[in-house]
Amino acid sequence: MRTMRDGTQRPRRKGAVQAWTVAWMGVAWCLLWRDFSVANLLSGVALGLLVQLAFPLPPLVLPGRIRPLSVLVFFARFTADMLRASLEVSWQVLRWWRPPRSAVLEVDLDSDSDLVLTFVALVTSLVPGSVVVEARRSTHTLFVHVLDVVDDAGVEDARDHVLAVERRVVRALGADRPHRRPEETR
Amino acid sequence: MSWETVADLLAAVCFLGACAFALIAALGMSRFPDLLTRMHAATKPQVVGLLLSLVGLALRLREPSVLGLIVLIGAAQAVTSPVSSHMIARAAFRAGQVRRDLLITDELSKVLDHEEPRGAP
Repeated sequence: MRTMRDGTQRPRRKGAVQAWTVAWMGVAWCLLWRDFSVANLLSGVALGLLVQLAFPLPPLVLPGRIRPLSVLVFFARFTADMLRASLEVSWQVLRWWRPPRSAVLEVDLDSDSDLVLTFVALVTSLVPGSVVVEARRSTHTLFVHVLDVVDDAGVEDARDHVLAVERRVVRALGADRPHRRPEETR
Repeated sequence: MSWETVADLLAAVCFLGACAFALIAALGMSRFPDLLTRMHAATKPQVVGLLLSLVGLALRLREPSVLGLIVLIGAAQAVTSPVSSHMIARAAFRAGQVRRDLLITDELSKVLDHEEPRGAP
């Protein structure tokens, strides 16, 4: 992090290049060309370096050790939720005799990892019937707009649903078992 | 019946499902009362529709080189669609484009004047 002349803070350009990001950008470039030749791979890596130098981002910190089995569980539940909720929203659309009721609710996440917050927000936005209206990084709070909620019990159900997504994300990322030593954390 | 016929049939089912979801998304756009509920109709069945049509394409084309591109399209859609829907929803809520009479609870309006500290970690 470096401070600019007007007091704003920007990620440091030097050391912004992250090996994994360059690698996957190279692979993505080859996928776009549908051809894994050496020339494509090299130009993809060069482009990845250029992009990272032009748009430096703070490094991605994994909160723990990734558990492959929990990642599979997470993706299976995510796909099932998405299909089920698509059908529910479709039913809401086709039921034209009643206007849809909805609610805006506050979900205070237990985890204090930014990565967990991002993943929970992504999943909540992708699963039909819920959209993130506001995300607060300082307190790790999401404000979610939920379609088809009729009473207070439904509000609590929706809140529990988001918290269940968070528990699955935490398990998949291993965020409940930090592998950093305490003196390394800020 | 060979496995190619089965794959073609599955692809046809996927395409029909994708069409149905796209149609429902369009219907929802015209039927829902306010911007936030319309976002549910416009973005969500449409994402599922796109994923279904990608699965259908993969089943019909059966080429490894196309498969990579299809995964890339799906991933790009899955990563970018929540960002745009969040930005629109946030702006809509702050601009008051919400039918408050159709909301059961609203836990955001009372804490809306909260100042978020700026800057990356």
